[in-house]
Amino acid sequence: MTTRIDRRMAKLKAEGRPALVTYFMGGDPDYDTSLSIMKALPGAGSDIIELGMPFSDPMADGPAIQAAGLRALKGGQTLVKTLKMASEFRATDNETPIVLMGYYNPIYIHGVDRFLGDALASGIDGLIVVDLPPEMDEELCIPALRAGINFIRLATPTTDDKRLPKVLQNTSGFVYYVSMTGITGSALADTGKVAAAVGRIKGHTDLPVCVGFGVKTAEQARIIGASADGVVVGTAIVNAVANVLGPKGEKTADPAEAVATLVSGLSQGVRAARLAAAE
Amino acid sequence: MNKPAIPNSFRTGPDEQGMFGIFGGRFVAETLMPLILDLERHWNEVKDDGDFKAELTDLSTHYAGRPSKLYFAEGLTRHLREVSAAKGLGGGAKVYFKREDLNHTGSHKINNCLGQILLAKRMGKKRIIAETGAGQHGVASATVAARFGFPCVVYMGATDVARQSPNVFRMKLLGAEVRPVTAGHGTLKDAMNEALRDWVTNVEDTYYLIGTAAGPHPYPELVRDFQSVIGIEARAQILEQEGRLPDTIIAAVGGGSNAIGLFHPFLDDRSVKIIGIEAGGRGLDGIEHCASMNAGAPGVLHGNRTYLLQNADGQIMDGHSISAGLDYPGVGPEHSWLRDSGRVDYVPVLDDEALEAFQLTTRVEGIIPALESAHAIAHAVKIVPAMDKDQIVIVNLSGRGDKDVHTVANMLGMEI
Repeated sequence: MTTRIDRRMAKLKAEGRPALVTYFMGGDPDYDTSLSIMKALPGAGSDIIELGMPFSDPMADGPAIQAAGLRALKGGQTLVKTLKMASEFRATDNETPIVLMGYYNPIYIHGVDRFLGDALASGIDGLIVVDLPPEMDEELCIPALRAGINFIRLATPTTDDKRLPKVLQNTSGFVYYVSMTGITGSALADTGKVAAAVGRIKGHTDLPVCVGFGVKTAEQARIIGASADGVVVGTAIVNAVANVLGPKGEKTADPAEAVATLVSGLSQGVRAARLAAAE
Repeated sequence: MNKPAIPNSFRTGPDEQGMFGIFGGRFVAETLMPLILDLERHWNEVKDDGDFKAELTDLSTHYAGRPSKLYFAEGLTRHLREVSAAKGLGGGAKVYFKREDLNHTGSHKINNCLGQILLAKRMGKKRIIAETGAGQHGVASATVAARFGFPCVVYMGATDVARQSPNVFRMKLLGAEVRPVTAGHGTLKDAMNEALRDWVTNVEDTYYLIGTAAGPHPYPELVRDFQSVIGIEARAQILEQEGRLPDTIIAAVGGGSNAIGLFHPFLDDRSVKIIGIEAGGRGLDGIEHCASMNAGAPGVLHGNRTYLLQNADGQIMDGHSISAGLDYPGVGPEHSWLRDSGRVDYVPVLDDEALEAFQLTTRVEGIIPALESAHAIAHAVKIVPAMDKDQIVIVNLSGRGDKDVHTVANMLGMEI
């Protein structure tokens, strides 16, 4: 069974360029604005959308994504609304893959089976759940795979060769390589080390490997994209939203436009990646 | 929740996956997973290692001052017998305090910190991080870090920094860096998030010294085992002093380390009634309490599945307690399992009741208890008058209350 993620990755491989994977926080700063951001992403050059599900205690995220999640929760975002956002997006775009990213508790409270049914109905293609390592696969990963939803696993610099097969075992869609130990939004790791790590993971799997954590500029996207199958950008996008919000959360410019401008630039970086690598 | 079948023993958990029934587990980011597995490997090596035990026992005796006394609280017993007589009941059980307040650093927290610092040393770690609520665990962590020459960073909610300033100063004197956390309500939950963020960033050299019997496996097990010295001693002491087991044992539950430490050695003594006290705050009707097992639902936070205060969307609530040490929206996973299995009763005690017990104990015993411990005493005050005179209750006096005098003065409208 192939998903939109599989098809999109195959298409980009044929085109010979890496994917631009864009993360934004669902409901930040409010539902309507956030939906307009989501709808602007494909046109700006995003190949895969990561839709952030806000959580009160995002223990692997840095200050930017924490703040975005709190803005979204304050704006009334819930898991149900995040899924609704995905289905409203799907009404206008049936091709761009959507990966839900967040923490397990809201899913657990919604009920795993009910969640998977609702996610499928909303056009969700994959899940990244930060606090579910392979040791907890029975919770959600196995049921998700059975339901036909990709479960995308994070591999990190601490995932050594001995552990890598366990991490990759039930992973599908793509592998998300976290380029450093630390929280989201930290400084980019040494790009040479990143390329070596991507090579190491590719030695264990045929799945595409996307790299994230620390990518902020088109130039960084170009360098990472030279070795990876995809480049994930999150904190920079969340910051683009925060930058057009005033002290009381009022909009000082159009967040969707701010995000689209940033993503267009990143997209050019990604599109230049293989050209540069070929030189 | 369906009640699980009653097991042959309540003392066999967790299983190999770190589960106590449906509770516990290892819900952490992949970055931390190899570290947790490494910790588990080392823990399994040392837990039956004679040299490790000998070193810990030596430190517990000569540095921390163990064994802590089991003290017959004659003043409180007399007072509660008068209450009983006034009600025409003519009863009043004998109350004993397990004096963890007499330990070095003033609470039970040192038991766990000594064990974990020896583990950190064995693992070759170079840096200690810890979270703290009331500051008792922060002080104990800073103490053992000073004793063993580790740099130490303590994360503490900004609200707690303000209400526990004496402990903040103690940590600084001990050479620790105290980092105030402003996220959320600035309490223990937020401090724990920040400690986890530090750990995820500094995986190579850092040991996370968790202060309570919660978090990802193997923390709930190892903290329990280090704290079980409380119950092992209390059990032997009451047999020695009274020639029999107690009828009831009581301890306050925040994360639940002092409680599981007292309870665990008694779990298979079916004649002993075991009661854990949750922070009822300003009452369970609203959201200003921390009674996760009485008013919460199972969920996943901080690496484990356990009872949590949360809303219908699975977002964690902040809760409230007069006692910083109980101000946590979750509880250790073994307590959740003991609750569902019916072995332990968990009941709430309100801020006001704890405050009253704090003052009563100070007056009739000349002991200033920690506000956490005052919650446990408050429940004894409620139930003891209706018990018989030949019955015995042990209350875990988990810490001393010097750190709380400012809070209490504020609550009573006094200036100091």
